[in-house]
Amino acid sequence: MTDTTDEIETDESAEIEEPAPPPGVPITVNGEVFCAAPGRNLIDACEDAGVYVPRFCYHPRMTPVGMCRMCLIEVDTGRGPALTPSCMLTVSDGMVVETETEAVKKAQDGVLELLLINHPLDCPVCDKGGECPLQDQTMSYGPGESRFVEEKRHFEKPIPISDTVYLDRERCILCDRCTRFAAEVAGDPLIHFMGRGNQTEVNTFPDDPFSSYFSGNTVQICPVGALTAKPYRFKARPWDLSEVASTYPNAMGDRITIQSSRNEVLRYLGVDSDAVNWGWLTDRDRFSFEATMSEQRLTAPLMRGDGLGNVDDGGDELVATTWAVALQRLVTALEDADNNAGPESVAVLGGAQLTNEGQYAWARFAKGVIGTDSIDAQMGDGLPADIVASMPRTTISQACAKGGTIVLLSGDPKEELGSLYLRLRHAVVHDGATLIELTPNETGLTKHAAHSVRVRPGEVASVAAALVTGTGGDELAAASAAITGADSVSVICGRTSLADNASLTVDAINTFASLDTVRFLPALRRSNVHGAIDLGLTPGMLPGRTSLDAARAAFTAAWGSVPAKAGRDTAGILADAAAGKIAVLFLLGADPLADFPDPELAKAALDGAGLVISIDPFVNESAAYGADIVMPAAAFGEVDGSHTNLEGRITPLRQKVTPPGTARPDWMIAAELAMRLGKDMGFASVADITNEIAAVSPMHANADAAAIDAASDGVLVSGGPAWTDQGAPTPAPAYDRYSFRLVVDRTMYDGGTQTTMCPSIAELSKPGAVRISSTEASKLGVRDGAIVRISSQRASVEGPVVIDDRVASGIAAVAHNHVGLDIRSLIDMNELVTDVRIETV
Amino acid sequence: MPFEKVVTRRFDNLEAHKIDTYVATGGYASLRKALDTTPEAVHNEVKAASVLGRGGAGFPAGVKWGFCPPGVWPRYLVVNGDESEPGTYKDRQLLERDPHQVIEGCLLACYAVGLTQCFLYIRGEMAHAQERVAAALNEAYEAGYVGKNILGTDFSVDIVLHWGAGAYIVGEETALIESLEGNRGMPRLKPPFFPAAVGLYGQPTIVNNVETLANLPWIVEHGAEAYTAMGAENSKGTRVFAVSGHVNNPGVFEVEFGTTTFRDIIEGSDYAGGVRDGKKLKAFIPGGASAPWFFEEHLDLPLEKTAVDQAGSMLGSGAIVVMDQDTDMVKACHNLVRFFARESCGKCTPCREGTTWLERILSRIIAGHGRPSDLSLLTEVCENISPGIAWPPKQTTICPLGPSAVSPIASSIERFRNEFEDYITLSDRRVIPVGAA
Repeated sequence: MTDTTDEIETDESAEIEEPAPPPGVPITVNGEVFCAAPGRNLIDACEDAGVYVPRFCYHPRMTPVGMCRMCLIEVDTGRGPALTPSCMLTVSDGMVVETETEAVKKAQDGVLELLLINHPLDCPVCDKGGECPLQDQTMSYGPGESRFVEEKRHFEKPIPISDTVYLDRERCILCDRCTRFAAEVAGDPLIHFMGRGNQTEVNTFPDDPFSSYFSGNTVQICPVGALTAKPYRFKARPWDLSEVASTYPNAMGDRITIQSSRNEVLRYLGVDSDAVNWGWLTDRDRFSFEATMSEQRLTAPLMRGDGLGNVDDGGDELVATTWAVALQRLVTALEDADNNAGPESVAVLGGAQLTNEGQYAWARFAKGVIGTDSIDAQMGDGLPADIVASMPRTTISQACAKGGTIVLLSGDPKEELGSLYLRLRHAVVHDGATLIELTPNETGLTKHAAHSVRVRPGEVASVAAALVTGTGGDELAAASAAITGADSVSVICGRTSLADNASLTVDAINTFASLDTVRFLPALRRSNVHGAIDLGLTPGMLPGRTSLDAARAAFTAAWGSVPAKAGRDTAGILADAAAGKIAVLFLLGADPLADFPDPELAKAALDGAGLVISIDPFVNESAAYGADIVMPAAAFGEVDGSHTNLEGRITPLRQKVTPPGTARPDWMIAAELAMRLGKDMGFASVADITNEIAAVSPMHANADAAAIDAASDGVLVSGGPAWTDQGAPTPAPAYDRYSFRLVVDRTMYDGGTQTTMCPSIAELSKPGAVRISSTEASKLGVRDGAIVRISSQRASVEGPVVIDDRVASGIAAVAHNHVGLDIRSLIDMNELVTDVRIETV
Repeated sequence: MPFEKVVTRRFDNLEAHKIDTYVATGGYASLRKALDTTPEAVHNEVKAASVLGRGGAGFPAGVKWGFCPPGVWPRYLVVNGDESEPGTYKDRQLLERDPHQVIEGCLLACYAVGLTQCFLYIRGEMAHAQERVAAALNEAYEAGYVGKNILGTDFSVDIVLHWGAGAYIVGEETALIESLEGNRGMPRLKPPFFPAAVGLYGQPTIVNNVETLANLPWIVEHGAEAYTAMGAENSKGTRVFAVSGHVNNPGVFEVEFGTTTFRDIIEGSDYAGGVRDGKKLKAFIPGGASAPWFFEEHLDLPLEKTAVDQAGSMLGSGAIVVMDQDTDMVKACHNLVRFFARESCGKCTPCREGTTWLERILSRIIAGHGRPSDLSLLTEVCENISPGIAWPPKQTTICPLGPSAVSPIASSIERFRNEFEDYITLSDRRVIPVGAA
């Protein structure tokens, strides 16, 4: 809103200087002439002109329905003033609008009285009380008392409509916001109006709950307390909450408000950011504050010790200790490592969850202070950092532009990047964008895709080449024409499966990059992984999307020294550790045992590494198995800093509560270690780091602390090396039709900390299973739920079958990180693809 | 008053619903005649006949046809057979007794405007009409009057029969379109969504009433001149009225439009035959439950749109409901308001909440729990639905259903305030016998 006001002011001052008429549609609002943006909805135009029109059903991100009748104002379009719902009218030249006449006041008063006759006055026990539009507008526009003496309408209250949302139909004013959201925005039309007249209610179909990944948004947009969220219900009164604007640390960088009371985070609300999430959040993100507030958070450093709690390097238990003891042990190990095998014997895994500042501090600590380049924020599930750094980028809004062309070359956005899915869905469904989908199985966007091409793992590069060159035959002709004929094409690129090699995706990206019209949006999903790549938390690179060699001189000047040669990536580091070459291994929020595609290698690495230090808010699987020291890290909501999203947009991330116990922000741990090693990095505050990033990285030059704070939609950074051709693609391995090609994909609710540590959503995670199509199932003669043996060259596991016709024939799909079926041992990371046999047992 | 019956001309023939009888009595001759001329000629003929829409709003059909934006195809014809206004049963009779006439009317409209797809939406409760129309459509398809290359020409029309699911609101044309599309029957706001511009499936759509279309075969057969020779200045041709209530001979009557008076149709021996049992007329509803009431002094008004409009009501859907001297006006009012409260679709707040509130206040008054302030409360709630309680009504709602509930209240309180006051004041003094509870 601030932007628009600025615009008006500039317009007016411009008018005084030169008499040229300001652009727009002149309308008269309460006697004042105002130039509205052409095509603007009248209710918004009035707000632009500084006149607020009360409303319940109108929501700027959804189609107006004109149901609540609260926004009735008098509009004269030449035929005399008439009461008109302002949300249903587009501004037209010479429109005369009155919002404060007697007729308008009477209509507003009347609508409020009617809305209140059946609305229960349970405000004192209602979650919405204190932030309720119905309360607020009744105070501003409504009657003082009720003339309704009859019994109010009754429904059973409240009823659960999903695992996280409760519906109180007595409070509902039938504004159609939640139902429109479900149908129009989320594409999950599972709640509807039922009954008619005064008995109309919102409800689900029997036995068909509102199981949407986005159901929590309906709670946020409900103008009364009809929809309440299970995790927040009865937790606080709005006036007891204090809040701060922040950024949710997912790869989209969703803008949110963190609300807390008495040092406890109680709620996240989506913030309507034009550039990013439009106010929407996935339920997983919205309710993940439960993980931050979990009882299982680590509150003190842990070291190996005996059963009596005494620190002892040979002990089996993790016992609590102090920072001083833990840091000293670590510093000694680092000094020994440096003396014995050189700085290359120190390696850092992880760091994608950190803020930009944490990542920069750790990059500098590893590369400048210790002198090792073996540091990788990606866990073998992403794309090579140099590829991500050099691909020509687009933004979300450019990719989702009206009538644009989008190529989906990634995992299912609905499962991996929920708010990106909503933006893409809007672009395709409502803004006429053309979607071409190149995925092994159907995704959440398949039914909206203009061309949905099923690409068997391993063949994506050849399909991409056929599309780009138009040699794909009749089957691909239309999709090919859509891509080659478009003025600009946005390719959403990421890994469709952990079971095939990243080089296959790189080949496909390389093919698309040969078209001048193509720009990319890297769909790496791991929280702040884009910040990690931009800030050098990756081997062979330094902050600012630059290679070690290219920026050696500049960073030697800034940091004192940089590693002599490029280090190894996660797979390499784990292999080195397994071979006993790593003396000190940092796990920076990393859990290779649970997360790395090769768990045997991860286990061997934890066994073979000298000293393993896990820095994490929780004791994760790897830490429990093999860490010698566990340091409690502050989690999201407990740290200040900034975040980089998949476009390169840097937005502020703010501290709202204090970390539990002695948990510390990651950057502080790096700074403390550097100081104890006698090489102080000089960081006293987060802003110091932000400003140092702006000083040393040319692409971050305009992203200093003040600039990030000032920009409402963040600072978009860009740059990096020019794209270089990656050479001819690797030929696709032959497909043997007696076997299945394995796809390991991701789901919204997996076994990750963000899900398992949140009681409200932990149960939404389904048990692991191998998904095959009904045709394949009948060929195998297995039913849904049957136990089968899945075998590759490497190993075999047993697990249940789930019949899923979104899976293409010839493909077996297994979701990563689900309890009950760990398929990773079947994958050989050196192979291009993984073929498996499925047998009944 | 010598005039020729137009749409009810075959009502005496109980076999008229069969195609053989229909053809034998001149049926489908107009279609053959039309196919020999140009569509423009048929359109001009209908325009010249100035047939007013018979659904309630009374908009000239020929003019409505011309509203489709040029060059936008496909377009659809939707026949509004969701006749559910209380007291109205003329369309049902037309569909049951002479379904081929309606089908021929659809074909003529399609030919005139250049449409190839027609949807016949028939109210869910009219089972007999549905059967008759379905049978007639099958006959017409078989005989080559409907379908591909009608009568060997290159004119093709498909007619789809759709049964409603029983909601009054679907008689409103935009709600009907929503229902036809498979959505919940709720009105769309217009403008900007006039069906002629953006209608069924987002395409230009002409929505016509059953009776309107039933007029077309006669007009094409006899010409616009013969049609306009009947009726009054602004109301040409004939019109069908359904008279019900306290009369000796309730039924459907076709009269010359605009020259016949209410007295003729209510008291005439050819028609309703006067108030039953020789009682006096207390009030009558001239055009369906939504219309403000008329009284004895209005009996000599002609059944003509302008005159009735000027007198403060409407001919609406052609339903005349007569109330005799013994009628309890509070209960009559409650009966009508209850209908609207139950049929409100639930979309707009004033209608959804307001009509039910009105119904509950009236129930309370009738149950003997009225308060002196209730009459002003009734009026003020009405004001919130229809500001000013004027005629034609202003509305705070999307469609006229909400204001429809206001008409009976405004009419009855204005004329029979004493009856309401009796209910309230007498009940206040009423002593509830001990032990009655």
